[in-house]
Amino acid sequence: MSDTRPTSTTAAGPASTRPEVTPSNASGGMTQATIVRKTAPKSDYKPADVSPQRRIQRSYTVRLWSVRHSRFLEWFYARFADVFLLLHPLWKAVGYSRAEAPVKFVEKRVKGFMFDCRMCGQCILSSTGMSCPMNCPKQLRNGPCGGVRANGNCEVEPDMPCVWVKAWEGSRNMRHGDAILNVQKPVDQSLRETSAWLRVTALAAVERERAKQEAPA
Amino acid sequence: MSPPHPLQPDENPAGVHLPLDPLPGHSSRGRLERILRRGEFAVTAELNPPDSANPEDVYERAAIFDGWVDGINAVDASGANCHMSSMGICALLTRMGYAPIMQIACRDRNRIAIQGDVLGAAAMGVGNILCLTGDGVQAGDQPGAKPVFDLDCMSLLETIRTMRDEQKFLSGRKLTTPPSVFLGAAINPFAPPYDFRPLRLAKKIAAGAQFVQSQYCFDVPMLRTYMQRVRDLSLHEKCFILVGVGPLASAKTARWIRSNVPGIHIPDDVIKRLEGAQDQKKEGKQLCIDIINEVKEIEGVSGIHVMAYRQEEFVAEIVHESGVLKGRRPWKREPRADDALVADRLDHILHDELTERPGEMIRGAVE
Repeated sequence: MSDTRPTSTTAAGPASTRPEVTPSNASGGMTQATIVRKTAPKSDYKPADVSPQRRIQRSYTVRLWSVRHSRFLEWFYARFADVFLLLHPLWKAVGYSRAEAPVKFVEKRVKGFMFDCRMCGQCILSSTGMSCPMNCPKQLRNGPCGGVRANGNCEVEPDMPCVWVKAWEGSRNMRHGDAILNVQKPVDQSLRETSAWLRVTALAAVERERAKQEAPA
Repeated sequence: MSPPHPLQPDENPAGVHLPLDPLPGHSSRGRLERILRRGEFAVTAELNPPDSANPEDVYERAAIFDGWVDGINAVDASGANCHMSSMGICALLTRMGYAPIMQIACRDRNRIAIQGDVLGAAAMGVGNILCLTGDGVQAGDQPGAKPVFDLDCMSLLETIRTMRDEQKFLSGRKLTTPPSVFLGAAINPFAPPYDFRPLRLAKKIAAGAQFVQSQYCFDVPMLRTYMQRVRDLSLHEKCFILVGVGPLASAKTARWIRSNVPGIHIPDDVIKRLEGAQDQKKEGKQLCIDIINEVKEIEGVSGIHVMAYRQEEFVAEIVHESGVLKGRRPWKREPRADDALVADRLDHILHDELTERPGEMIRGAVE
Protein backbone atom coordinates (compact mmCIF):
# COMPACT_ATOMS: atom_id res chain seq x y z
CA MET A 1 0.00 0.00 0.00
CA SER A 2 2.70 2.41 0.96
CA ASP A 3 4.42 1.86 -2.37
CA THR A 4 1.50 3.25 -4.30
CA ARG A 5 1.20 6.21 -2.04
CA PRO A 6 2.07 9.47 -3.70
CA THR A 7 4.97 11.20 -2.10
CA SER A 8 4.15 14.36 -0.29
CA THR A 9 5.61 17.56 -1.60
CA THR A 10 5.55 19.49 1.62
CA ALA A 11 7.36 18.02 4.45
CA ALA A 12 6.09 18.89 7.85
CA GLY A 13 3.62 16.72 9.63
CA PRO A 14 0.35 17.02 11.46
CA ALA A 15 0.01 19.48 14.26
CA SER A 16 1.00 18.66 17.57
CA THR A 17 2.65 15.80 15.92
CA ARG A 18 5.76 14.68 14.48
CA PRO A 19 8.03 16.51 12.22
CA GLU A 20 9.10 15.23 8.90
CA VAL A 21 12.24 13.21 8.87
CA THR A 22 13.85 13.22 5.50
CA PRO A 23 15.63 9.97 4.96
CA SER A 24 18.77 11.00 3.16
CA ASN A 25 21.12 13.95 3.48
CA ALA A 26 19.11 16.30 5.68
CA SER A 27 20.36 16.21 9.24
CA GLY A 28 17.92 15.45 12.01
CA GLY A 29 14.55 16.50 10.67
CA MET A 30 14.24 19.15 8.02
CA THR A 31 10.74 20.48 7.84
CA GLN A 32 9.43 22.65 5.05
CA ALA A 33 9.24 25.37 7.69
CA THR A 34 12.96 25.03 8.33
CA ILE A 35 13.67 25.18 4.62
CA VAL A 36 11.57 28.33 4.30
CA ARG A 37 13.45 29.90 7.19
CA LYS A 38 16.83 28.91 5.82
CA THR A 39 16.19 30.18 2.32
CA ALA A 40 14.94 33.57 3.51
CA PRO A 41 17.22 36.36 2.24
CA LYS A 42 20.01 37.11 4.68
CA SER A 43 20.81 40.61 5.82
CA ASP A 44 22.33 42.30 8.84
CA TYR A 45 18.95 43.26 10.22
CA LYS A 46 17.34 40.35 11.98
CA PRO A 47 14.25 41.44 13.89
CA ALA A 48 14.09 40.56 17.54
CA ASP A 49 11.41 38.11 18.71
CA VAL A 50 9.01 36.09 16.68
CA SER A 51 5.57 37.64 16.96
CA PRO A 52 4.48 41.27 16.54
CA GLN A 53 2.51 40.77 19.75
CA ARG A 54 5.76 40.55 21.62
CA ARG A 55 7.67 43.19 19.66
CA ILE A 56 5.33 45.97 20.71
CA GLN A 57 6.56 45.66 24.26
CA ARG A 58 10.02 44.32 24.84
CA SER A 59 10.38 44.09 28.57
CA TYR A 60 8.03 42.21 30.83
CA THR A 61 9.57 42.94 34.23
CA VAL A 62 6.65 45.05 35.42
CA ARG A 63 4.15 42.56 34.08
CA LEU A 64 5.77 39.82 36.15
CA TRP A 65 5.82 42.11 39.20
CA SER A 66 2.08 42.63 38.79
CA VAL A 67 1.50 38.88 38.72
CA ARG A 68 3.58 38.44 41.88
CA HIS A 69 1.53 41.11 43.60
CA SER A 70 -1.80 39.93 42.25
CA ARG A 71 -3.42 39.80 45.67
CA PHE A 72 -2.59 43.41 46.42
CA LEU A 73 -3.70 44.51 42.96
CA GLU A 74 -6.96 42.62 43.38
CA TRP A 75 -7.58 44.45 46.65
CA PHE A 76 -6.59 47.75 45.11
CA TYR A 77 -8.75 47.26 42.04
CA ALA A 78 -11.81 46.51 44.16
CA ARG A 79 -11.37 49.87 45.93
CA PHE A 80 -10.62 51.60 42.68
CA ALA A 81 -13.76 50.23 41.03
CA ASP A 82 -15.82 51.46 44.00
CA VAL A 83 -14.37 54.95 43.64
CA PHE A 84 -15.15 54.93 39.94
CA LEU A 85 -18.70 53.85 40.69
CA LEU A 86 -19.02 56.65 43.25
CA LEU A 87 -17.99 59.02 40.51
CA HIS A 88 -20.79 57.71 38.29
CA PRO A 89 -22.83 60.93 38.70
CA LEU A 90 -19.78 62.89 37.62
CA TRP A 91 -19.23 60.73 34.54
CA LYS A 92 -22.88 61.12 33.73
CA ALA A 93 -22.74 64.89 34.19
CA VAL A 94 -19.67 65.18 32.03
CA GLY A 95 -21.08 62.61 29.65
CA TYR A 96 -19.50 59.18 29.32
CA SER A 97 -18.61 59.89 25.73
CA ARG A 98 -16.73 63.05 26.68
CA ALA A 99 -15.03 61.34 29.62
CA GLU A 100 -13.90 58.52 27.36
CA ALA A 101 -10.91 60.23 25.80
CA PRO A 102 -9.15 61.35 29.02
CA VAL A 103 -10.04 58.17 30.93
CA LYS A 104 -8.82 56.02 28.07
CA PHE A 105 -5.62 58.07 27.90
CA VAL A 106 -4.88 57.33 31.56
CA GLU A 107 -6.13 53.75 31.43
CA LYS A 108 -4.03 52.87 28.41
CA ARG A 109 -0.86 54.20 29.98
CA VAL A 110 -1.41 52.86 33.48
CA LYS A 111 -2.49 49.41 32.39
CA GLY A 112 0.06 49.44 29.60
CA PHE A 113 2.81 50.02 32.13
CA MET A 114 1.48 47.58 34.72
CA PHE A 115 0.26 44.70 32.56
CA ASP A 116 1.38 45.40 28.96
CA CYS A 117 -2.32 46.01 28.30
CA ARG A 118 -3.46 45.67 24.66
CA MET A 119 -6.68 47.65 25.14
CA CYS A 120 -9.03 44.85 24.19
CA GLY A 121 -11.66 46.89 26.00
CA GLN A 122 -13.02 43.96 27.99
CA CYS A 123 -10.58 43.55 30.82
CA ILE A 124 -10.53 40.15 32.53
CA LEU A 125 -7.36 40.64 34.58
CA SER A 126 -9.15 39.67 37.78
CA SER A 127 -10.00 36.27 36.21
CA THR A 128 -6.49 35.70 34.93
CA GLY A 129 -4.29 36.23 37.95
CA MET A 130 -3.44 39.79 36.81
CA SER A 131 -1.60 38.44 33.76
CA CYS A 132 -3.02 40.03 30.61
CA PRO A 133 -4.08 37.18 28.26
CA MET A 134 -3.84 39.43 25.21
CA ASN A 135 -0.05 39.17 25.52
CA CYS A 136 -0.31 35.52 24.55
CA PRO A 137 0.73 35.25 20.89
CA LYS A 138 -2.47 33.25 20.33
CA GLN A 139 -4.47 35.66 22.52
CA LEU A 140 -5.94 32.76 24.44
CA ARG A 141 -8.43 33.84 27.08
CA ASN A 142 -9.21 30.45 28.56
CA GLY A 143 -5.97 28.90 29.66
CA PRO A 144 -2.63 27.72 28.30
CA CYS A 145 -2.31 25.93 24.97
CA GLY A 146 -0.66 22.54 24.75
CA GLY A 147 2.61 23.97 23.51
CA VAL A 148 3.98 25.35 26.77
CA ARG A 149 7.65 24.42 27.07
CA ALA A 150 8.88 22.28 29.94
CA ASN A 151 10.51 25.35 31.50
CA GLY A 152 7.17 27.17 31.45
CA ASN A 153 8.04 29.40 28.52
CA CYS A 154 5.97 30.25 25.48
CA GLU A 155 5.93 28.00 22.40
CA VAL A 156 6.08 30.96 20.04
CA GLU A 157 8.45 33.18 22.03
CA PRO A 158 11.04 30.87 23.58
CA ASP A 159 12.33 33.50 26.01
CA MET A 160 8.99 34.74 27.28
CA PRO A 161 7.36 33.06 30.28
CA CYS A 162 3.97 31.68 29.23
CA VAL A 163 1.30 34.22 30.04
CA TRP A 164 -0.97 31.48 31.32
CA VAL A 165 1.63 29.78 33.51
CA LYS A 166 2.02 33.18 35.16
CA ALA A 167 -1.76 33.65 35.26
CA TRP A 168 -2.16 30.39 37.13
CA GLU A 169 0.55 31.40 39.63
CA GLY A 170 -1.04 34.83 40.09
CA SER A 171 -4.52 33.43 40.53
CA ARG A 172 -3.32 31.16 43.34
CA ASN A 173 -2.44 34.26 45.37
CA MET A 174 -5.77 35.92 44.86
CA ARG A 175 -8.83 35.81 47.06
CA HIS A 176 -11.14 35.18 44.10
CA GLY A 177 -8.49 33.39 42.07
CA ASP A 178 -10.87 30.61 41.10
CA ALA A 179 -12.42 32.99 38.60
CA ILE A 180 -9.73 31.57 36.32
CA LEU A 181 -11.95 28.48 36.00
CA ASN A 182 -14.80 30.39 34.32
CA VAL A 183 -15.19 29.97 30.59
CA GLN A 184 -14.61 33.35 28.95
CA LYS A 185 -16.57 34.57 25.97
CA PRO A 186 -14.67 35.33 22.78
CA VAL A 187 -13.25 38.83 22.50
CA ASP A 188 -15.62 41.36 20.99
CA GLN A 189 -13.29 42.95 18.47
CA SER A 190 -15.59 45.94 18.08
CA LEU A 191 -14.71 47.01 21.62
CA ARG A 192 -10.99 47.30 20.95
CA GLU A 193 -9.39 50.56 22.04
CA THR A 194 -12.27 51.47 24.33
CA SER A 195 -12.21 52.04 28.07
CA ALA A 196 -12.93 48.93 30.11
CA TRP A 197 -13.05 51.04 33.28
CA LEU A 198 -15.94 53.18 32.06
CA ARG A 199 -17.80 50.18 30.66
CA VAL A 200 -17.57 48.26 33.93
CA THR A 201 -18.62 51.38 35.88
CA ALA A 202 -21.61 52.05 33.66
CA LEU A 203 -22.70 48.42 33.88
CA ALA A 204 -22.27 48.40 37.65
CA ALA A 205 -24.33 51.58 37.86
CA VAL A 206 -27.17 49.94 35.93
CA GLU A 207 -26.93 46.94 38.23
CA ARG A 208 -27.04 49.21 41.30
CA GLU A 209 -30.11 51.03 39.98
CA ARG A 210 -31.90 47.76 39.42
CA ALA A 211 -31.02 46.54 42.90
CA LYS A 212 -32.35 49.80 44.33
CA GLN A 213 -35.61 49.47 42.44
CA GLU A 214 -36.09 45.88 43.48
CA ALA A 215 -35.21 46.44 47.13
CA PRO A 216 -38.35 48.32 48.28
CA ALA A 217 -40.71 46.07 46.33
CA MET B 1 -23.43 -4.69 -9.68
CA SER B 2 -21.80 -6.29 -6.66
CA PRO B 3 -24.01 -8.26 -4.29
CA PRO B 4 -25.19 -6.49 -1.16
CA HIS B 5 -22.98 -7.33 1.78
CA PRO B 6 -24.21 -8.25 5.28
CA LEU B 7 -24.85 -5.19 7.40
CA GLN B 8 -22.08 -4.25 9.81
CA PRO B 9 -22.73 -2.98 13.32
CA ASP B 10 -23.53 0.75 13.31
CA GLU B 11 -24.31 1.04 9.65
CA ASN B 12 -27.32 2.66 8.05
CA PRO B 13 -29.16 0.04 5.95
CA ALA B 14 -30.29 2.68 3.48
CA GLY B 15 -26.73 3.60 2.55
CA VAL B 16 -23.39 3.41 4.23
CA HIS B 17 -22.68 7.09 3.73
CA LEU B 18 -25.90 8.11 5.49
CA PRO B 19 -25.98 9.05 9.15
CA LEU B 20 -27.35 6.53 11.62
CA ASP B 21 -30.66 6.83 13.38
CA PRO B 22 -30.47 9.11 16.38
CA LEU B 23 -30.34 7.32 19.72
CA PRO B 24 -31.66 8.81 22.95
CA GLY B 25 -28.96 10.59 24.92
CA HIS B 26 -26.66 10.77 21.91
CA SER B 27 -25.80 14.12 20.46
CA SER B 28 -24.50 12.87 17.13
CA ARG B 29 -25.59 10.28 14.63
CA GLY B 30 -22.12 8.87 14.19
CA ARG B 31 -20.45 5.59 15.04
CA LEU B 32 -17.73 6.95 17.33
CA GLU B 33 -20.20 8.24 19.91
CA ARG B 34 -22.15 4.98 19.84
CA ILE B 35 -19.00 2.95 20.46
CA LEU B 36 -17.84 5.16 23.32
CA ARG B 37 -21.26 5.26 24.94
CA ARG B 38 -21.53 1.47 24.73
CA GLY B 39 -18.38 1.35 26.83
CA GLU B 40 -16.20 -0.17 24.16
CA PHE B 41 -12.54 0.75 23.94
CA ALA B 42 -12.32 3.12 21.01
CA VAL B 43 -9.44 3.51 18.57
CA THR B 44 -8.98 6.59 16.44
CA ALA B 45 -6.18 7.45 14.04
CA GLU B 46 -4.88 10.49 12.25
CA LEU B 47 -4.94 10.74 8.48
CA ASN B 48 -1.88 12.33 6.95
CA PRO B 49 -3.44 15.05 4.77
CA PRO B 50 -2.25 14.93 1.14
CA ASP B 51 -0.62 17.85 -0.64
CA SER B 52 -2.65 17.21 -3.73
CA ALA B 53 -6.06 17.70 -5.25
CA ASN B 54 -6.47 14.01 -5.95
CA PRO B 55 -9.30 12.33 -4.00
CA GLU B 56 -7.62 8.95 -4.46
CA ASP B 57 -4.81 10.10 -2.18
CA VAL B 58 -7.31 10.52 0.63
CA TYR B 59 -9.05 7.22 -0.07
CA GLU B 60 -5.76 5.32 -0.14
CA ARG B 61 -4.64 6.86 3.10
CA ALA B 62 -7.96 6.06 4.74
CA ALA B 63 -8.01 2.50 3.41
CA ILE B 64 -4.92 1.69 5.49
CA PHE B 65 -7.07 2.05 8.61
CA ASP B 66 -9.94 -0.10 7.29
CA GLY B 67 -11.29 -2.36 9.99
CA TRP B 68 -8.91 -1.12 12.65
CA VAL B 69 -10.14 2.27 13.78
CA ASP B 70 -13.46 3.77 14.84
CA GLY B 71 -12.74 7.31 13.74
CA ILE B 72 -10.31 9.10 11.45
CA ASN B 73 -9.01 12.54 12.39
CA ALA B 74 -8.95 14.98 9.48
CA VAL B 75 -6.33 17.48 10.57
CA ASP B 76 -6.71 21.18 9.87
CA ALA B 77 -3.41 22.54 8.52
CA SER B 78 -1.61 20.99 11.45
CA GLY B 79 1.61 22.55 12.57
CA ALA B 80 0.50 25.57 10.52
CA ASN B 81 1.55 23.74 7.36
CA CYS B 82 -0.65 23.93 4.31
CA HIS B 83 -2.36 20.68 3.28
CA MET B 84 -5.74 19.63 1.95
CA SER B 85 -8.33 21.16 4.26
CA SER B 86 -10.06 19.12 6.93
CA MET B 87 -13.35 20.13 5.36
CA GLY B 88 -12.29 18.66 2.01
CA ILE B 89 -10.99 15.46 3.56
CA CYS B 90 -14.22 15.06 5.52
CA ALA B 91 -16.29 15.59 2.38
CA LEU B 92 -14.43 12.71 0.73
CA LEU B 93 -14.44 10.45 3.78
CA THR B 94 -18.15 10.84 4.55
CA ARG B 95 -18.94 10.02 0.94
CA MET B 96 -17.28 6.66 1.47
CA GLY B 97 -18.95 5.99 4.79
CA TYR B 98 -15.95 6.60 7.03
CA ALA B 99 -16.45 8.28 10.40
CA PRO B 100 -14.23 11.34 10.28
CA ILE B 101 -13.38 13.54 13.24
CA MET B 102 -13.12 17.00 11.73
CA GLN B 103 -10.53 19.17 13.41
CA ILE B 104 -11.12 22.89 13.47
CA ALA B 105 -8.19 25.12 14.34
CA CYS B 106 -8.89 28.70 15.36
CA ARG B 107 -5.70 29.92 13.73
CA ASP B 108 -7.01 30.29 10.20
CA ARG B 109 -10.64 31.31 10.33
CA ASN B 110 -12.79 33.74 12.22
CA ARG B 111 -16.09 33.01 13.91
CA ILE B 112 -18.12 33.72 10.79
CA ALA B 113 -16.22 31.18 8.70
CA ILE B 114 -16.08 28.57 11.43
CA GLN B 115 -19.80 28.58 12.19
CA GLY B 116 -20.53 28.25 8.50
CA ASP B 117 -18.12 25.33 8.22
CA VAL B 118 -19.72 23.58 11.18
CA LEU B 119 -23.09 23.69 9.44
CA GLY B 120 -21.59 22.52 6.18
CA ALA B 121 -19.72 19.68 7.84
CA ALA B 122 -22.76 18.48 9.76
CA ALA B 123 -24.79 18.61 6.56
CA MET B 124 -22.25 16.33 4.88
CA GLY B 125 -22.61 13.82 7.68
CA VAL B 126 -19.61 14.67 9.83
CA GLY B 127 -20.53 13.42 13.27
CA ASN B 128 -17.50 14.47 15.28
CA ILE B 129 -15.75 17.80 15.56
CA LEU B 130 -12.52 18.35 17.45
CA CYS B 131 -11.96 21.93 18.59
CA LEU B 132 -8.37 23.12 18.66
CA THR B 133 -6.63 26.42 19.09
CA GLY B 134 -4.01 25.49 16.52
CA ASP B 135 -0.27 25.99 16.37
CA GLY B 136 1.13 29.44 15.83
CA VAL B 137 1.87 30.41 12.21
CA GLN B 138 5.57 30.73 13.01
CA ALA B 139 5.75 26.93 13.34
CA GLY B 140 4.72 26.20 9.79
CA ASP B 141 5.87 26.67 6.24
CA GLN B 142 4.05 29.99 5.84
CA PRO B 143 5.26 32.13 8.74
CA GLY B 144 4.09 35.26 6.95
CA ALA B 145 0.42 34.33 7.27
CA LYS B 146 -1.91 36.39 9.40
CA PRO B 147 -2.76 34.53 12.61
CA VAL B 148 -6.49 34.84 13.22
CA PHE B 149 -7.22 33.29 16.63
CA ASP B 150 -10.60 34.99 16.70
CA LEU B 151 -11.98 32.27 18.97
CA ASP B 152 -9.96 29.98 21.17
CA CYS B 153 -10.59 26.25 21.63
CA MET B 154 -12.79 26.94 24.64
CA SER B 155 -15.03 29.53 23.04
CA LEU B 156 -15.13 27.40 19.89
CA LEU B 157 -16.46 24.48 21.93
CA GLU B 158 -19.03 26.72 23.51
CA THR B 159 -20.04 28.19 20.16
CA ILE B 160 -20.67 24.80 18.57
CA ARG B 161 -22.42 23.54 21.68
CA THR B 162 -24.73 26.55 21.55
CA MET B 163 -25.39 25.91 17.88
CA ARG B 164 -26.25 22.28 18.60
CA ASP B 165 -28.18 22.55 21.87
CA GLU B 166 -29.77 25.97 21.63
CA GLN B 167 -30.13 25.96 17.86
CA LYS B 168 -28.64 29.38 17.35
CA PHE B 169 -25.54 31.15 16.10
CA LEU B 170 -23.25 33.06 18.43
CA SER B 171 -25.24 36.15 17.46
CA GLY B 172 -28.49 34.56 18.61
CA ARG B 173 -29.90 34.06 15.12
CA LYS B 174 -31.95 30.87 14.94
CA LEU B 175 -30.89 27.72 13.08
CA THR B 176 -33.62 25.69 11.46
CA THR B 177 -31.67 22.43 11.77
CA PRO B 178 -28.90 22.33 14.36
CA PRO B 179 -25.65 20.46 13.65
CA SER B 180 -25.81 17.17 15.56
CA VAL B 181 -22.17 16.65 16.35
CA PHE B 182 -20.15 14.90 19.03
CA LEU B 183 -17.78 17.51 20.41
CA GLY B 184 -14.15 16.86 21.11
CA ALA B 185 -11.16 18.76 22.42
CA ALA B 186 -7.46 18.19 22.94
CA ILE B 187 -5.61 17.83 26.23
CA ASN B 188 -1.94 17.89 27.02
CA PRO B 189 -1.20 16.45 30.46
CA PHE B 190 2.53 16.69 29.76
CA ALA B 191 3.01 20.47 29.68
CA PRO B 192 3.12 22.99 32.50
CA PRO B 193 1.28 24.32 34.51
CA TYR B 194 0.68 20.72 35.61
CA ASP B 195 -1.75 21.40 38.44
CA PHE B 196 -3.92 23.55 36.17
CA ARG B 197 -4.19 20.92 33.42
CA PRO B 198 -6.93 18.78 35.03
CA LEU B 199 -8.90 21.94 35.83
CA ARG B 200 -8.51 23.02 32.26
CA LEU B 201 -10.10 19.73 31.21
CA ALA B 202 -12.96 20.55 33.58
CA LYS B 203 -13.25 23.91 31.87
CA LYS B 204 -13.37 22.26 28.45
CA ILE B 205 -16.08 19.89 29.66
CA ALA B 206 -18.03 22.88 30.96
CA ALA B 207 -17.63 24.49 27.56
CA GLY B 208 -19.00 21.42 25.80
CA ALA B 209 -16.29 18.79 25.30
CA GLN B 210 -17.70 15.24 25.24
CA PHE B 211 -14.50 13.46 24.32
CA VAL B 212 -10.86 14.47 24.42
CA GLN B 213 -7.78 13.24 22.62
CA SER B 214 -4.48 13.76 24.35
CA GLN B 215 -1.08 14.77 23.07
CA TYR B 216 1.44 11.94 22.52
CA CYS B 217 1.92 9.99 25.72
CA PHE B 218 5.44 8.69 26.29
CA ASP B 219 5.46 9.18 30.04
CA VAL B 220 2.91 6.84 31.59
CA PRO B 221 3.59 7.72 35.26
CA MET B 222 2.90 11.36 34.41
CA LEU B 223 -0.37 10.36 32.76
CA ARG B 224 -1.27 8.29 35.84
CA THR B 225 -0.82 11.32 38.09
CA TYR B 226 -2.97 13.38 35.75
CA MET B 227 -5.67 10.71 35.57
CA GLN B 228 -5.68 10.45 39.36
CA ARG B 229 -6.55 14.16 39.55
CA VAL B 230 -9.11 13.68 36.77
CA ARG B 231 -10.78 10.87 38.71
CA ASP B 232 -10.73 12.91 41.91
CA LEU B 233 -12.67 15.59 40.05
CA SER B 234 -14.77 12.76 38.50
CA LEU B 235 -14.20 14.25 35.07
CA HIS B 236 -13.82 10.82 33.46
CA GLU B 237 -17.54 10.29 34.03
CA LYS B 238 -18.45 13.38 32.06
CA CYS B 239 -16.13 12.93 29.12
CA PHE B 240 -14.43 10.14 27.19
CA ILE B 241 -10.65 10.34 27.38
CA LEU B 242 -8.62 9.01 24.46
CA VAL B 243 -4.88 8.86 25.03
CA GLY B 244 -2.62 9.83 22.15
CA VAL B 245 0.04 7.29 21.26
CA GLY B 246 2.37 6.73 18.36
CA PRO B 247 5.51 4.96 17.27
CA LEU B 248 8.81 6.81 17.24
CA ALA B 249 10.88 6.09 14.14
CA SER B 250 14.28 6.32 15.86
CA ALA B 251 16.15 7.80 18.79
CA LYS B 252 17.31 10.59 16.52
CA THR B 253 13.76 11.50 15.60
CA ALA B 254 12.76 11.36 19.25
CA ARG B 255 15.55 13.81 20.16
CA TRP B 256 14.60 16.08 17.31
CA ILE B 257 10.96 16.11 18.36
CA ARG B 258 11.87 16.77 21.96
CA SER B 259 13.89 19.85 21.14
CA ASN B 260 11.87 21.18 18.20
CA VAL B 261 8.21 20.36 18.73
CA PRO B 262 6.80 22.15 21.75
CA GLY B 263 4.28 20.26 23.83
CA ILE B 264 5.66 16.76 23.27
CA HIS B 265 7.35 15.35 26.32
CA ILE B 266 9.72 12.42 25.78
CA PRO B 267 11.53 11.12 28.87
CA ASP B 268 15.20 10.12 28.72
CA ASP B 269 14.61 6.41 29.29
CA VAL B 270 12.45 6.24 26.17
CA ILE B 271 15.32 7.59 24.10
CA LYS B 272 17.76 5.26 25.85
CA ARG B 273 15.56 2.28 25.09
CA LEU B 274 15.40 3.24 21.42
CA GLU B 275 19.13 3.80 21.24
CA GLY B 276 19.86 0.41 22.71
CA ALA B 277 17.76 -1.42 20.17
CA GLN B 278 19.07 -3.21 17.08
CA ASP B 279 16.14 -2.17 14.91
CA GLN B 280 15.06 1.22 16.23
CA LYS B 281 11.94 1.41 14.10
CA LYS B 282 10.74 -1.95 15.36
CA GLU B 283 11.57 -0.96 18.92
CA GLY B 284 9.62 2.27 18.46
CA LYS B 285 6.59 0.26 17.46
CA GLN B 286 7.04 -2.13 20.38
CA LEU B 287 7.37 0.83 22.74
CA CYS B 288 4.10 2.19 21.43
CA ILE B 289 2.39 -1.16 22.02
CA ASP B 290 3.82 -1.36 25.54
CA ILE B 291 2.53 2.13 26.31
CA ILE B 292 -0.92 1.21 24.98
CA ASN B 293 -0.97 -1.88 27.19
CA GLU B 294 -0.17 0.22 30.24
CA VAL B 295 -2.52 3.03 29.33
CA LYS B 296 -5.56 0.86 28.64
CA GLU B 297 -5.50 -0.39 32.23
CA ILE B 298 -5.73 3.11 33.69
CA GLU B 299 -9.18 3.78 35.05
CA GLY B 300 -10.97 6.48 33.11
CA VAL B 301 -9.23 5.92 29.78
CA SER B 302 -11.87 5.17 27.13
CA GLY B 303 -9.69 4.68 24.12
CA ILE B 304 -6.54 5.51 22.24
CA HIS B 305 -5.74 7.91 19.47
CA VAL B 306 -2.95 6.56 17.27
CA MET B 307 -0.85 9.21 15.58
CA ALA B 308 1.58 7.33 13.38
CA TYR B 309 2.67 10.12 11.12
CA ARG B 310 4.29 8.69 8.00
CA GLN B 311 4.10 5.24 9.57
CA GLU B 312 0.38 4.81 9.02
CA GLU B 313 0.89 1.27 7.79
CA PHE B 314 1.88 0.36 11.36
CA VAL B 315 -1.47 1.39 12.84
CA ALA B 316 -3.13 -1.93 12.05
CA GLU B 317 -0.23 -3.90 13.55
CA ILE B 318 -0.12 -1.71 16.63
CA VAL B 319 -3.85 -2.04 17.23
CA HIS B 320 -3.77 -5.77 16.54
CA GLU B 321 -0.74 -6.58 18.67
CA SER B 322 -1.90 -4.52 21.63
CA GLY B 323 -5.25 -6.31 21.53
CA VAL B 324 -7.19 -3.23 22.58
CA LEU B 325 -10.14 -4.14 20.38
CA LYS B 326 -10.62 -7.44 22.26
CA GLY B 327 -11.76 -9.17 19.10
CA ARG B 328 -14.15 -6.39 18.11
CA ARG B 329 -13.98 -5.44 14.45
CA PRO B 330 -14.53 -1.75 13.74
CA TRP B 331 -16.53 -0.76 10.68
CA LYS B 332 -14.73 -1.63 7.48
CA ARG B 333 -15.35 -0.19 4.11
CA GLU B 334 -16.72 -2.83 1.76
CA PRO B 335 -17.44 -2.58 -1.95
CA ARG B 336 -20.86 -1.21 -2.66
CA ALA B 337 -23.15 -1.44 -5.64
CA ASP B 338 -22.21 1.92 -7.07
CA ASP B 339 -18.50 1.27 -6.67
CA ALA B 340 -18.63 -0.88 -9.80
CA LEU B 341 -20.13 2.06 -11.65
CA VAL B 342 -17.43 4.37 -10.42
CA ALA B 343 -14.73 1.86 -11.32
CA ASP B 344 -16.14 1.40 -14.83
CA ARG B 345 -16.33 5.11 -15.30
CA LEU B 346 -12.77 5.59 -14.09
CA ASP B 347 -11.59 2.82 -16.36
CA HIS B 348 -13.34 4.51 -19.23
CA ILE B 349 -11.74 7.86 -18.47
CA LEU B 350 -8.28 6.42 -17.97
CA HIS B 351 -8.04 4.01 -20.85
CA ASP B 352 -10.36 5.19 -23.60
CA GLU B 353 -9.56 8.08 -25.84
CA LEU B 354 -12.28 10.56 -25.21
CA THR B 355 -12.92 14.25 -25.38
CA GLU B 356 -15.01 15.55 -22.55
CA ARG B 357 -13.68 19.03 -22.08
CA PRO B 358 -16.39 21.46 -23.13
CA GLY B 359 -14.02 23.36 -25.38
CA GLU B 360 -12.86 20.23 -27.22
CA MET B 361 -16.41 18.95 -27.50
CA ILE B 362 -17.55 22.17 -29.15
CA ARG B 363 -14.60 22.14 -31.48
CA GLY B 364 -15.33 18.51 -32.34
CA ALA B 365 -18.94 19.34 -33.06
CA VAL B 366 -18.03 22.31 -35.27
CA GLU B 367 -15.57 20.30 -37.32
